[in-house]
Parts: sequence; structure tokens; C-alpha cells
Amino acid sequence: MLYEYDGSVEKGRPDVVVFPQTSQEVSRIVKLAAEHQVPIVGRGAGTGLSGGALARDGGVMIVFARMNRILEIDLENQRAVVQPGVVNLDITRAVDKAGLYFAPDPSSQKSCTIGGNVAENAGGPHTLAYGVTVNHIAALQLVLPNGEIVCVGSKHGDASGYDLCGLFVGSEGTLALVTEITVKLARKPETVKTLLSIFDAVDDASLTVAEITARGITPAACEMVDGWTLRAIEDYVRAGFPRDSAAVLLLEVEGLREAVETQADAIVEVCRTHCAREVRVAKDDRERELLWKGRKNAFGALGRVAPSNYVLDGVIPRSKLPQALQHIQEIGKKYGFAIGNIFHAGDGNLHPIVLYDPRDAKAFKNAIAASQEIIRYCVDLGGALTGEHGVGMEKNELMTLMFAEADFDLMKRVHDVFNPDSSLNPGKIFPRSKGCGEIRVKAKDTMGSNR
Amino acid sequence: MLTANLAAKLEGLLGTTRVIAAEDSLLSFAVDGVAPAAIIQPASAEEVAEVARFAASEKLAIVSCGSRSKLDLGMPPARYDIALDMTGLCRIAHYDAGDLTLSVDAGMPLRHLEQALAEQQQFLPLAVPCFETSTVGGAVASGIDSALRQQYGSARDFLIGAEFVDGTGRICKSGGLVVKNVTGYDLHKLLIGSLGTLCVITRLNFRTFPLARFSGGQLVSFASVEGALAFRRGLEAKGLPLSNLEVLNPGIAAILAAILRSAKSGVPQGLERGRWCVYASYEGNAAVVERISRELEQVAHHTDATNFESLDKSTDESLGGMLREAFEWLRFASPAVLLLRIALPEFSAEMSAGLSGILKANSLRGAMLLRARGVLYFLAQHDTEGGAALDRLATTARDVMRLVAEKQGHTTLLHAPLALKSRASLGAGVGEDTGLMRRVKQAFDPQGLFAPGRFWGGL
Repeated sequence: MLYEYDGSVEKGRPDVVVFPQTSQEVSRIVKLAAEHQVPIVGRGAGTGLSGGALARDGGVMIVFARMNRILEIDLENQRAVVQPGVVNLDITRAVDKAGLYFAPDPSSQKSCTIGGNVAENAGGPHTLAYGVTVNHIAALQLVLPNGEIVCVGSKHGDASGYDLCGLFVGSEGTLALVTEITVKLARKPETVKTLLSIFDAVDDASLTVAEITARGITPAACEMVDGWTLRAIEDYVRAGFPRDSAAVLLLEVEGLREAVETQADAIVEVCRTHCAREVRVAKDDRERELLWKGRKNAFGALGRVAPSNYVLDGVIPRSKLPQALQHIQEIGKKYGFAIGNIFHAGDGNLHPIVLYDPRDAKAFKNAIAASQEIIRYCVDLGGALTGEHGVGMEKNELMTLMFAEADFDLMKRVHDVFNPDSSLNPGKIFPRSKGCGEIRVKAKDTMGSNR
Repeated sequence: MLTANLAAKLEGLLGTTRVIAAEDSLLSFAVDGVAPAAIIQPASAEEVAEVARFAASEKLAIVSCGSRSKLDLGMPPARYDIALDMTGLCRIAHYDAGDLTLSVDAGMPLRHLEQALAEQQQFLPLAVPCFETSTVGGAVASGIDSALRQQYGSARDFLIGAEFVDGTGRICKSGGLVVKNVTGYDLHKLLIGSLGTLCVITRLNFRTFPLARFSGGQLVSFASVEGALAFRRGLEAKGLPLSNLEVLNPGIAAILAAILRSAKSGVPQGLERGRWCVYASYEGNAAVVERISRELEQVAHHTDATNFESLDKSTDESLGGMLREAFEWLRFASPAVLLLRIALPEFSAEMSAGLSGILKANSLRGAMLLRARGVLYFLAQHDTEGGAALDRLATTARDVMRLVAEKQGHTTLLHAPLALKSRASLGAGVGEDTGLMRRVKQAFDPQGLFAPGRFWGGL
């Protein structure tokens, strides 16, 4: 039953769960499943938020919990080779003393695994400056649905040929199972400054983010928490967010101290221009960690407020942040939900949180309807369905908002190169309700102009 | 098979003014000596799609071109009927400076784009060779290194979406116009360095970057490769944010000095002395630039640098510009040139000696340029194009590939005389995943319309 769930609102029950310890075992399991024509689903820690690691059609679930060894650390060249079940934060812990770290930092980094990060192309607060998972992956060892073990990418430099590594990262376990990962390690910055900017109006906070972006100021992280959410956090974590504020921005600037000072000054100036009540600078590591603890434990805090919550994931152009937040509140009112916002404002990656009671069927239905309306709105603004959680089985039916028949046909042909029988992670990414040939919804233009 | 009245049929599609069949024009679109039967100048993605559908129905092969500055990358096309001149697609479709996102037609010249972005104090870090003429689409499709990859990485790190015509003649897209997006497969990443073999790129979306207000550059010289590499390691240990970091062997330094002299540009002293040199450039606010400059000097003092030169703005710009163009002047350094791109875990003095040894054993001159982390350009040159020269270059290529493979690196052929290029042993460059790549090519281009045979491994 444990493996029926992940972090999303979806469910899917596997027929059998296996725990391989080597790539060869994964290959043998996959071959056996192919012989018996049963689906296969890979799973890391099950912290995903789009149903990507659920066995939608049953079958064999391959859990990578026992493939959790760091195989090699090359400090000189800033690379590590790890198995997929290694927990994200454990990579950083292993190289911390050498002044290195693994940059992608999803909120679940204490429990999520690198294999899951690769499958979903996971992000996190600091991806604003350092990029998402794909920017930190050099090479992969994969097991294809026919059991073949292949390697793509290159430990050093760019690999020759097509960038297959770039294709596999973020393919949500629908093309191959990842059994070994070569990650790039980053050097820790010499100076980090964390600022908490407090606002009496959400609009002022949104306008601040838009102007920070437009002025070319590049913080390492720029997170927004609205008043409603931060009060829930304070009840739970006591991170120091002022309860009477309408929104706070948690900003981090990193790099050479000369750059950090200038950027921090510029950020403070923009905050004041947009009527920030106060801008606090974390005095020490303890205060900094407390602020981040508040941010990263927000979803746990909200669990105390309502029986369940639905964390959305949409992306918009950052210049449209103020209008987007206003519209989300209107959607909440329309459906009668409180919608909290805690998100990666700096890269326009929204995480509206709809609180509902899953025992109330009507409330659940309305929560899904409100969520879909928000995601549609993100796409209408020129944004995207998902910034870091993935499509999975949560948004596969919404894919027609962004992609047209020709796009699906090509994606399907590429899918079939690797997974021709759809035995691997079926029912994910691609819409199921209609065959590709029947897709009639006109996709939003995301290529710069309407054709 | 190509029909005799191809030009007439194409004129039926796009009109007479955008179909060219004059012999001299056709030769100017030749790829490795293979000329097309017609040149088409589409003005929209829809027209590209129409041409692709026509080519599919007639079983014709298409090579899409921008400025044609890097068409000798890759292998000769197995078939080549239509040249698609993409320079007519040259608009900025969308530029949201406030969001630092850009959508631009594939045929847009990089130089024009640079000017448009500079008006908003922004830029795109695609500092590729032939910059003055290159198009955005060509820069991405060629996969050639940007001189700024030390800090900004490759196009893979800032390309956020693409529109293209696939082998079924339909307009497809991947990614989007936001800086963070995991919706669907990232097919656009496959287009980088694909040499136009998967599809015809019609539009590309990027994130843009703010221009720094200040910059600086230094050239530090050493008597030995060990000294240059120790200096480079010292810089990396400091974690200084350098936009450009290049190690030049004496051969490269000599070629560069000669080019700068002939261009009547200032020649840094270090280049004149035939030493190993390290060029570093950096940017930021005034305090950052001053700090990096100071620290570079300190690191140099702790090594056995023979010359330390803080470059004035004009010299820095001309040296940085010349290094950006390295691919261009290296491939024309002699009548017979072998230019390899080598990716290595670590470039060591031992590797340098090994590569020099191969040159010596084959009685060839050569040069080496190490760019950013792990990318080495290796040049072998001969003053004649005769059969003996080709044999020596071929032996050199084979020996270098073997040496690099022993060190867990890999080699890509960037340039060679045509007669040498066609030798099967040099078509290598893709590894055990060649079979997968072949199937990916078939998924994009089921009938093999796009530049068949041009990709490494004959794809």
C-alpha cells in the first residue's frame, strides 16, 4: 500500500515491488517483465508530486532504495558517480569538506533521490542561479525496456553526437531506467547573504521580483511566501516570518563578497522602492538556516491547517507575476478555497497550494477544477504546465494546452525509439483520453508569436 | 531521384524569386564539394514545411544553411538536392527584456541580435567563431564551442525552446518561453550540434543575460606546460568566476601573434616570446574586476610565470575576439590541416608530451589550445596537400584518437582535407550509443531528408 502513493494526489497500485542492488539485476528484472508483458515503473523515495513514480497500470515497481552507493568522487575534476537511490543531500554531505556541493536543491532534498531528480529534471530554490538538474548531469548509465544497458553523455566535456543525456533527464522514466549517474559538483561560494524582505501588500512583493529580474540583478534564490502561508509556517517552525505581513521575499545572494555586497544593496533599494516595510539580513548561519527551514518545511506546516493540500506547479514569465498572483486569488474565491502561495518567484515557478478535505468528494472535485484553471491561466500568460514537478499522470491530459498533434507525434516517435511497447512507466506524459490523432485542442503558441 | 525540372517545380511552390538554380550560386552552397540542384529561400516556417513535404514526396535531400560559415563541420552529405537558405527567417519574434527571454528566427545574424540585446543591456553568451556572419540557427546546429563556456556553459544551458520542421514536413516545437520548464521531452537539446540532420530549425528560444559594466583580461606566460597548468589549477582552486580561461601552447601563441600583427592590432608581449600562455578574462562590477585582477596576479607570483600582463581594453578585446575565432584560423592555418576537438578528464603535461610526440613522429607541425574545463583543440598541419601529407595526418588522427581513448577521453573531427575526411576511420566520434542515435535520427526524419550522411558515424 505504501507504494500506491507518492507526494501527489494520485494513486496507483503495483502488483509486485522489487529492490535490485545492481544494474545487472535491473536488467534481468526488466527482461523478465518484458517476457511476461507486464509494465515496469521506476521509483526513488516516492516524494514526486505528479504521480511519476506510481504504477498506473500495475505491474512491477523497481524501487532503487538499495542502489544507494556513491561509487566514485573525483574532487579534482568536480565529478561524482552515484547510484540512483542516493539521497540528493547525501551527495553534498560527501563532498562538503572539500568545499564542493551538488547544486540542485529541491525542498525534499533530505529524502528525495538523485534518480528521481534525473527523471523529473528537478529544480529547487537555488536553480535560479545554477540551473536545474540537467545542468548538473554529465553522463548516465541506463537500462532500456529490453534490458539492454547503455551509457550516454560524457564524464568530461560534451559527448560527441546527439545530446541523449539531455533528452533522458526529465523524461520521467518513460524512456529508460537510470542506474548510474555522473553528477557535476559545484564549488561553494565564498560569501552568502540571505535577506528577508517584508511587505504589507502582495502586489509590492511581486513588483519587487519583476523589477529585480528586469534590472538584471541575479540572486541565487528569490522565494516568495504569502501572508496566509507564512502564518502557518510560523505556527509550525517559528522561522521568524512576521505574522502580520502580507508577503515576504526570501532572497539569497552568493559569490565573491564584492559582488554580493553590490547585489544585496541593489536588492534592498528595489525592495524599498516597492514599499518593503523592512529588509532583514540574516546575521549568521543559524538565522539563515532558520529562514530556509521555514521555506523548506512549508508544505509540512500546511498539513496542520487542512486535512490535505494540493501543491500546484506552473510557470509564467516573471514580468507577469503581479497579475498572475491576483488572478489566482480570484480563482480561489470562485471555487471557495483558500489558496496559499509559496514559490520560486525569481524564475516564475508558481506553487499555489489548494487546501481541501479529501473525504469531501465535491471539495476534491472543485480542488482539481480550480487547479486546472490556474494551470491553464499560466499557459495563457505564455508560461508552461510544469516547472519542476513533471507532467506524470497529473497533467498528461493538459498537455494539449501546450502541444499540438505534430508535437505529440514526434514525441511519441522518440518515445518509441526507446520504449516501443510502452512497457516502461505507461500512462505518463502523453494524454490518454484521446489518441494523438484525435487531439483537437489548439495548443497555445509558446514560440514567440501567434501563427 | 532528382527530377530534371526540380527548379520549375520548386518555383511552383514558392514563386520564381526565391528559387535559384544558377551554377555559380549552386557552387557557393556546396558542402565538401557536393553542390545542390537548387537553392530555396523560404520566408516562413510554413514555407520550410512545404518544401520538406515536397522533398519527402520527391525523395530529395535538404541541407539547411545559415551563413554557411561552418558547413565543413561533419561529413560530406551522401545526397544533397536542395539547399535551404534560412537567412530570410531573421526576425526577433519575441523579446521580453523584463523576463530575460528571447525568441528569434533561426536565420537571424548573431551580430544583429547582439545589437538588439545590447540596447537593453543584455546579451546571449553564444560567442562562436565566424561571429560577424553566423546565424543563431547555424551556431546552435553546429554545436561549436562558445568562447564564454567557462562561465556560461554551452547552448544546452540557455536554450529553452525551439520550433522546427521535422521529416514529415510538419512544424513542431519543444520547450517554451520561460526559464524553467519540464513539460514534455526536451527535444530542443537534441538539435544542438545536430548539424541539421534531425530537422530544419526555424526558431530558437533563449534566456538572455545582463551585460556586465566592467571587464578585464590578463595574459600570463610560462616557460613550461607544467607552469601554465599549475597556474590554471591555482585559479580554479580560488573559485574565481572567469568568463574565459584558455591555455595556449607556443604553437597557438605564435599563430595568434602573427594574426594580430597582420591585423595591426596590439600584440601582447607574452605571445611574442613563444611561451605557454594562459589567457583569463572576467567581468562584473568595478570592485569584482579589481579583485579578480589582483588575485590573478597573486596566483601568478606563486607560480613560475615569466611574464604577467594586464591587458588594456583594446588589446583584451582583440585577443579575446581572436580566441573566439580560433576554430576559423586554425582550420585555415595551412594547406593541409587536421583539427580535432578532444574532451579529456584532465589535460596534463604527460598528455601534452604524448600529443607533441605524435606530431613529431609524423614530422608535422601543430598547436594546442585548451578551452575552459576539458576541451582541447588539437591542430596538425602540413604545407602541402599531397598523398604523403594526408597519410601523415591520417596516422596522426588515429594515434591521437587512440591516446585520448586510453585516457577515457573522446575525440571529434572538426576539420580535415576532404580526401582524409572520407576515410572511414575518421568518421568515428560517437561511441556505443551510435545505434540509439541512428534511431533518434529516424524518429525525427523517417525518410532521411535532412543532410543524410553529414552526422558523425554517417547518420
